[in-house]
Amino acid sequence: MARIDTDLSSTQVQEEFSGSAGHAKPGSVLLRELVAHLRERRTQLREEWARRITEAQLLTAMTKDEIFAEATSVYDNYVEALETGTFEALQAYARNLSERVIPRGVETHEVVGIVLLLRDVLARSLFAKYQTDFTKLNRILDAYEPAANRIANTVAVGFVQERERIIREQQEAIRELSTPVLQVRERLLILPIIGVIDPQRARQLTEQLLRGIRTNRAKVVVIDITGVAAMDATVANHLVQTVEASRLLGATVIVTGLSPEIAQTIVNIGVDLGKMNTVGDLQGGIEQAERLLGYKVVPLAESS
Amino acid sequence: MEVPILKQGDFLIATVQAALTDADLLHFRRALIQQVVRCRSQGVIVDVTSLDVMDSFASRTLREIAQMIRLRGAQTVIVGIQPEVAFAMVQLGLTLENVATALDLEEGLAHLKQKSESTA
Repeated sequence: MARIDTDLSSTQVQEEFSGSAGHAKPGSVLLRELVAHLRERRTQLREEWARRITEAQLLTAMTKDEIFAEATSVYDNYVEALETGTFEALQAYARNLSERVIPRGVETHEVVGIVLLLRDVLARSLFAKYQTDFTKLNRILDAYEPAANRIANTVAVGFVQERERIIREQQEAIRELSTPVLQVRERLLILPIIGVIDPQRARQLTEQLLRGIRTNRAKVVVIDITGVAAMDATVANHLVQTVEASRLLGATVIVTGLSPEIAQTIVNIGVDLGKMNTVGDLQGGIEQAERLLGYKVVPLAESS
Repeated sequence: MEVPILKQGDFLIATVQAALTDADLLHFRRALIQQVVRCRSQGVIVDVTSLDVMDSFASRTLREIAQMIRLRGAQTVIVGIQPEVAFAMVQLGLTLENVATALDLEEGLAHLKQKSESTA
């Protein structure tokens, strides 16, 4: 923003102007004046802000009362951050707010949007107040802008971090769900795998299976990958390692449901197929497992 | 560190109770084969339940033990490899090829009995 520096010889200007970075030290006269103004006009500015939020169709997931209540908290935290120059309380508030609104479906652009709107509303009120003293307005803005930018940044980053945390949690939950280890007979486990396996999921799968073998004292495991469309060489290697590690625990692994693409990948990476016990489909795999365990399944005699 | 070797009928049970140095491993290998000869054992179980790490030397020594015992006409079964150890081993490429493994002592004995019955 272009600034017209007039009257630079004035001693008051020398005192208050703190370099091109423009970050006024907390407790400086200008900053106190700014904060006082914001506190004095609290009611009107909050209402204007809430009005502009609704006008911009932000926070549609929330009621007018909820918006006003949150607006009040944000406003007060905002002013306090301006006053103290410390942002920890604001960061904590931003996280807390995010935790509450994300499940309601509030998006990042909405949160960033409302903070920027507040910045605008407050800036406009400063323009209005100091419109007769352009020099003073410039100095006030020098105090206001860096702090306001940092606040917007803090809130946005807090929100995004909270979303990332939730996404990680959900990914973890999905992984847990996706690889159940199921006992279908004494000493026989099935591991049906569905979807995409990345190296991390492959590793988690192996750990879960090995623990399952030990807990259930399994002698045979059928790993069914019918539901896996494709697998890269890294993951195919993980699968081979899973088979080998299971053997170290005394369990035989039968892999079933290999798609043509996966069969190709395994041949391409040069796996010693003597190590891999594979059967076409899950049914065949279970039947072979039962034979290995010494079961024989016979139909009950039909009454003639 | 001596590895205790106990006789159980036609079989020997050796329980590794703590991490063994390379020298301990070589001593164990010699002691075990001597016992197999002295007792005319038909099978040996090496229980590594207490080991939380298995390096390449230990892995190789176990393979050599199995080979030596096979030359005496007997079977070896390694039992009790922990899941975390198994995982680490396969990542290092230590697969104990051609060595029988079982989940625990009970499974190991069942395996040996089955093997000796089929060759009887």
